[in-house]
Amino acid sequence: MLANSQTQYGWTAIVLHWAMALLLFGQWTLGQTMVRISDQRLAFDLFQWHKSFGLLVLALAILRLAWRLANPRPLLPAGTPRLEQAAAASTHRALYALMILLPLSGWALVSASVLEIPTLAFYLFLVPHLPLPKSEAAEAAWTLVHQVLGWLMFGLVFVHVLAALRHHFLLRDRVLVRMLRPGTHLTHE
Amino acid sequence: MRRRRLILSVLVLSFLRGTGQAAGLAFSDVAGRYVISAESSKLAFSVPQMGGGGIAGRFTRFDGTITIDAADVSRSSVAITIVPDSVVTGKPRVDAFLKSDAVFDAAHETAISFRSTAVERTGPQTAIIKGVLTARGRTHPAIFQAELDDLGKGRVGFHVQGRVLRSFYGMDVGTPIYSNIVDFDMYLQAVKQ
Repeated sequence: MLANSQTQYGWTAIVLHWAMALLLFGQWTLGQTMVRISDQRLAFDLFQWHKSFGLLVLALAILRLAWRLANPRPLLPAGTPRLEQAAAASTHRALYALMILLPLSGWALVSASVLEIPTLAFYLFLVPHLPLPKSEAAEAAWTLVHQVLGWLMFGLVFVHVLAALRHHFLLRDRVLVRMLRPGTHLTHE
Repeated sequence: MRRRRLILSVLVLSFLRGTGQAAGLAFSDVAGRYVISAESSKLAFSVPQMGGGGIAGRFTRFDGTITIDAADVSRSSVAITIVPDSVVTGKPRVDAFLKSDAVFDAAHETAISFRSTAVERTGPQTAIIKGVLTARGRTHPAIFQAELDDLGKGRVGFHVQGRVLRSFYGMDVGTPIYSNIVDFDMYLQAVKQ
């Protein structure tokens, strides 16, 4: 089943979810590594890959948001406290916001840089800079924004993963499993 | 009217004579050994980037000699040694990247050198200089075009241009975002020894 229903996730949502998870993990690793290695030649290449995958994250995030808005959202188990439901909803909303704002801030810092290094996504096509004023100060400011958003994303993903594991191992429900296997219902109905 | 036509024809004639030779002088008049003066010379280069613009800079420290053979201009020679650590682009972060191990590795590589192997005259004031360029431990043939640009008592100046593929020297970082071709545009002023 491709689309979602009130009780289950479809293939599309599941594939998009894990593709995004993989991309974000890769981007985190790239980002942390590229600013720490001494080999400047490799650093340059890693930066270009980070920019390329960043734009892919942005494109996928917009696609994902559109899909989410166009589909029903499977409900949490009956009896879930309202506070938990609110926490889940806000965390997911924040994650979506970060999925879009984080790559945008990266694009902004590249655009504001006095180095004016072109963005050749995946060494295939040229992506223009955002129309932002260029200065060392502007680049530094956007870099800070990008880093802060990155840490926020890291923290929220951590919470998100812990919550999923809690559902699976402590609450022993199928909330985690239904994001793994399409057609999984929370209860045997 | 007649006087104006006379003046005009004199001007045209002197211009025609002048274009062929630098105010009447040619290679045969500048024979000798010259030492390149870094203060009066300019070793500029540029590397275009995708979408327009690029990196442009120059080297501020270099030395060399130009030897012009009186009898046979084709037996002249040029030898230049450039200090890669002296690269200047006007942008400190770009300078730092160029000096890093990604490009010049200036911490370990102290010289980029060019030694001519042949000079071929292409005109009264122009020549093609063939030679070998050595950078980052790699040597590869390189060709430059030279034009006599300045001439005076005991001094000579050449406008030298050439294109070098940086991948030959292990400096292909950033391609194809940044062109593999480095455009050299140099003014070499040398003083007779």
